[in-house]
Amino acid sequence: MTNLPNNEDLKDDLIAVQQHDFDIAHEYQMMRDENQQDGAIVFFSGLVRDFNQGNAVTGLFLEHYPGMTEKALEKITVQARERWPINRIRLIHRIGQLGLGDQIVFVAVSSKHREAAFDACRFIMDYLKNQAPFWKKETTTQGDVWVESLEKDKTAMNKWDQMQDPSVAKK
Amino acid sequence: MINVLFFAQLKEQLKTDQLQVDIKTPCTVADVQNKITRDNPTWQSFLDNRTLLAAVNQDMVQAEHKVNEGDEVAFFPPVTGG
Repeated sequence: MTNLPNNEDLKDDLIAVQQHDFDIAHEYQMMRDENQQDGAIVFFSGLVRDFNQGNAVTGLFLEHYPGMTEKALEKITVQARERWPINRIRLIHRIGQLGLGDQIVFVAVSSKHREAAFDACRFIMDYLKNQAPFWKKETTTQGDVWVESLEKDKTAMNKWDQMQDPSVAKK
Repeated sequence: MINVLFFAQLKEQLKTDQLQVDIKTPCTVADVQNKITRDNPTWQSFLDNRTLLAAVNQDMVQAEHKVNEGDEVAFFPPVTGG
């Protein structure tokens, strides 16, 4: 619970690129505080896993493009708001050296009804995976290995582009 | 002058994270990339990589995107965050 940001304005989205860990209970509370209009909060957390590229993995190093990362994440949240009637967004991505099992990313979205929050949360992650300038390097006992991008991540993003009318936005 | 940044594998392959490129503007991202390769022939195999992505002033763009004097151009491999 240390290093948590203070004096946050609940009306603003949180977009944070940070080295230090985050506390999901705190983030969830920030989605709820003084919020009587939303009936749904959906969140996703991503963890460091063993990518299994052959060697014994000891951790992960997250490189990023300072400035562009924040800008890219902001752009993704704007796009999500254009598609769904969502209220609060909290988006945190960690950088630097992380250990196996550590938290990397957190996305929370609130809305009146669950459909918009579910879809927007997934949309933000699918876009983040393709558009936000972060790079993972696996640290192993045999040296460091850059993680390869996956075709399935591109497919997941393109799926949203092909959807003409998000069903939730019409409700 | 254009300021060019490199990230991740590309940065390690080129052994540098930034470069000032002397090129007539306006030009395109592809022009900047070609100029860097002409100035540094040993980098060709790393820069002639069709999976590389480019950004101008911190927005991801295509190779034909226009570059103006003073712009920040970046080249990097496909992103793997999340």
